[in-house]
Amino acid sequence: MTTATTRTPTAQRAVGTAHTRVEGRDKVTGAARYAGDIPFAELAHGWLVLSSVARGRIRSLETAPVLGMPGVLAVLHHENAPRVDSDHIGLLGVPPEPTSVVFQHDRVPHMGWPVALVVAETSEQAREAAEALVVHYESEPHDVAFSGGHPDVYALDGHMPAVTEKGDLEAELAASAVVVDEEYTTPEEHHSPMEPHAAAARWDGGRLEVVDSNQGSTWVADGLAKLFSLDPESVRVRSEHVGGGFGSKGVRAHQVAAVMAATVLQRPVRVVLTRRQMFALAGYRSPTAQRIRLGADADGRLRALDHRSVNLTSTVHEFVEPSAGVARVMYDADAHHTANRVVRLDVPTPTWMRAPGEAPGSFALEAALDELAEKCGIDPIELRARNEPERGPVSGRPFSSRNLLACFREGARRFGWADRDPRPGLRREGRWLLGTGTAAASFPAGAGPSTAVVTAEADGTFTVRIAAADLGTGARTALTLVAADALEVTTDRVRVRIGDSDFGPAMIAGGSMGTRSWAWAITAAAGELRERLALGAAVPPEGITVRSDTTAAIGALAQKERHSFGAQFAEVAVDVATGEVRVRRMLGVFAAGRIVNPLTARSQFVGGMIWGVSMALHEEAVRDLASGGHVGADLAGYHVATHADVQRIEADWIDDPDPDDPVGIKGIGEIGIVGAAAAIANAVWHATGVRHRSLPIRPDRVLPAGTGALRA
Amino acid sequence: MAPSTSSAITLNINGEKFTLTVDHRTTLLDALRERLDLTGTKKGCDQGQCGACTVLLDGRRAVSCLQLAVAAEGREITTIEGVAEGERLHPVQQAFLDLDGFQCGYCTPGQICSAVAVIQEHAAGWPSAVTDDVRPEAGPPPLTDDEIRERMSGNLCRCGAYVSIVQAVARAAASEEQDKGAAA
Repeated sequence: MTTATTRTPTAQRAVGTAHTRVEGRDKVTGAARYAGDIPFAELAHGWLVLSSVARGRIRSLETAPVLGMPGVLAVLHHENAPRVDSDHIGLLGVPPEPTSVVFQHDRVPHMGWPVALVVAETSEQAREAAEALVVHYESEPHDVAFSGGHPDVYALDGHMPAVTEKGDLEAELAASAVVVDEEYTTPEEHHSPMEPHAAAARWDGGRLEVVDSNQGSTWVADGLAKLFSLDPESVRVRSEHVGGGFGSKGVRAHQVAAVMAATVLQRPVRVVLTRRQMFALAGYRSPTAQRIRLGADADGRLRALDHRSVNLTSTVHEFVEPSAGVARVMYDADAHHTANRVVRLDVPTPTWMRAPGEAPGSFALEAALDELAEKCGIDPIELRARNEPERGPVSGRPFSSRNLLACFREGARRFGWADRDPRPGLRREGRWLLGTGTAAASFPAGAGPSTAVVTAEADGTFTVRIAAADLGTGARTALTLVAADALEVTTDRVRVRIGDSDFGPAMIAGGSMGTRSWAWAITAAAGELRERLALGAAVPPEGITVRSDTTAAIGALAQKERHSFGAQFAEVAVDVATGEVRVRRMLGVFAAGRIVNPLTARSQFVGGMIWGVSMALHEEAVRDLASGGHVGADLAGYHVATHADVQRIEADWIDDPDPDDPVGIKGIGEIGIVGAAAAIANAVWHATGVRHRSLPIRPDRVLPAGTGALRA
Repeated sequence: MAPSTSSAITLNINGEKFTLTVDHRTTLLDALRERLDLTGTKKGCDQGQCGACTVLLDGRRAVSCLQLAVAAEGREITTIEGVAEGERLHPVQQAFLDLDGFQCGYCTPGQICSAVAVIQEHAAGWPSAVTDDVRPEAGPPPLTDDEIRERMSGNLCRCGAYVSIVQAVARAAASEEQDKGAAA
């Protein structure tokens, strides 16, 4: 038996100092094992078969020839698969994603709906058999054509009310000296994490064990337990390393199909989505059609703000991409109207994707602000300063902190904004027209209840167990720093274990809330443990363990407008001969709470900004109206930014600790993308004199639009 | 007699010989991952578009998802597991680690294998699409950030770690150059 001593607190803290990733060595040597990398004895391979019609019903499946193929063990489909219970609400407060409730009926609600799982001894056998399976459909006419003017559009509450209205919009617009009234569109976008969704399921001693790649192991365990009507204690989901998620990795078809097959065959089964299948089964960001009307006095002060957004959802599930929500935070006006509406089409269900709502919403709103600045003859930053609200424009609640203008000041200084000539189409360098643009960013700062377990080991080290997920965010490392400070020890004495539902309920990695929520729980448990040790408690061989649960503490938070803020700056070059847009440099300055690990935080901010480049210039999933499926559903047809698309991108932050969080964290996962596409679009206008209100700003859109400069 | 659908092959991987019987449809990627437990090489798209499965074949980069295992016999195969020298990380690996040239880490083995070969290709004088002077006598162009970006563009990183990957490749190339200078 030993007695643990803790270090006297010193000025030297781990939080705020750069630390390479604790699992970094495993990741650069290939030793880190992701869900599809973990071997099992007797593992069988499942391959999903997806519908080839966009609407209808399955008439029959010709399973006999497939069952006779080498190595084939089973074909699961709606006539023979285990029944599951989809009539429940998951941990996130919504019913299960219908695409994940596989093989329960003969209806086909969209192209790419899972209709069967072929299981075989090897992946080659499973793939060939899946491709050989003949499925007969009764096809029905489908509608996949999205537009903001679709006759079936209706208002839909998501996690916020669909509609907010204050003041007489038409009267204020009529009384405005300057009016902007424009439509903005964003296309269907896909998360496209580098690691495809993968899960292996097996029964072990009466327990269901699933090795998965997800954004919350207790979330997935709870979902599977409810679907299969199992005691929650009898389900264990592990997800140690996750190759990116961005909102796409929850309970989905592959885990459910794997559990069904493992149950039927009583042996381990792995199901991995192909890249092409991910375009149908992994969720996506809905296209949006947004109309913005701004009315202002000649000095730029807003009298009227109207932000209306329409997105699509499927016929089997309602999902709202709340793009108009960002206006409820950013700017006030005497008349202030916002609305999120949806239309149901015969398409897969969209889902959360990095900065849901804010990413497309900020493109429209911040581009419209830039148009207003132009019309008023006011600098875009000054326009925003003149419209800085004192309280939440819709809620009336105070901001916990709002350091937007400080971000603009610091960003403008570093970017060299003061020297900018606001007139468009003036700067030319060979065949390139040059321009700069800016935009504001915001994202909600929240926290969700979590539990954590911290153990003082007999050898003087500490083990933290929490069902967190590290999708590449650096959470594992950040939590190590947080735990070290809370325990008042150096980081080398702290081991953080994550990604295991047996560690107890915890917030998911999502909504920029993961690290904050987990850090809160760890701080609480570690603080209590430190106090016990300070009293001289002897550490027995099994260690001393303290558990925490932050449900009450988070529930007691005062109602405020809680957000991160930021200022985005971009410089672009537009090729007048080809229409190509190059982002030469970007700078983002953020006020996003205390930064736990500057090394990984910078990576996350910059990564978000690169998503903004990609959103502004490249990403667009195109749906074929005739078949109802995608054109080019792969990484050649769906272009995400690669090395050559990314030049100088810098991110930095100002001091902005959240006073109501034990560590001062706000969350940084999404804000990097917010406003980034608008800053680029505004820079393209500054370069060319032409507004591009539809993303992406493709060469074939830039060329016919021409340039104001060349026409002049 | 039905035609044979599998063959016994010997693969030379990271300096070690592996003998196994493979289905002729098996890609080199699946042979590494499913048969030899060398799971450091990642499957991102399985169709040659993302670069996550990049390995070195006789020192040159190749996407292992588009190579059949039976066709890799007789080649010197280097995977991410064979890049380091024992416990000592390769300069590219060390630079990725120190400069945070990754986030989720899934594209990282492919990025690192690619970078190792990029540095060699550049040193051997190979031009790229952004090289100004492509005459053989011009010698290797300066390894600018644009050169690195162009040469690394077959490796996608959805987390967007590109800025620090380019820094890491530049640092590793400079340190190898320095080592060579010291050895000369």
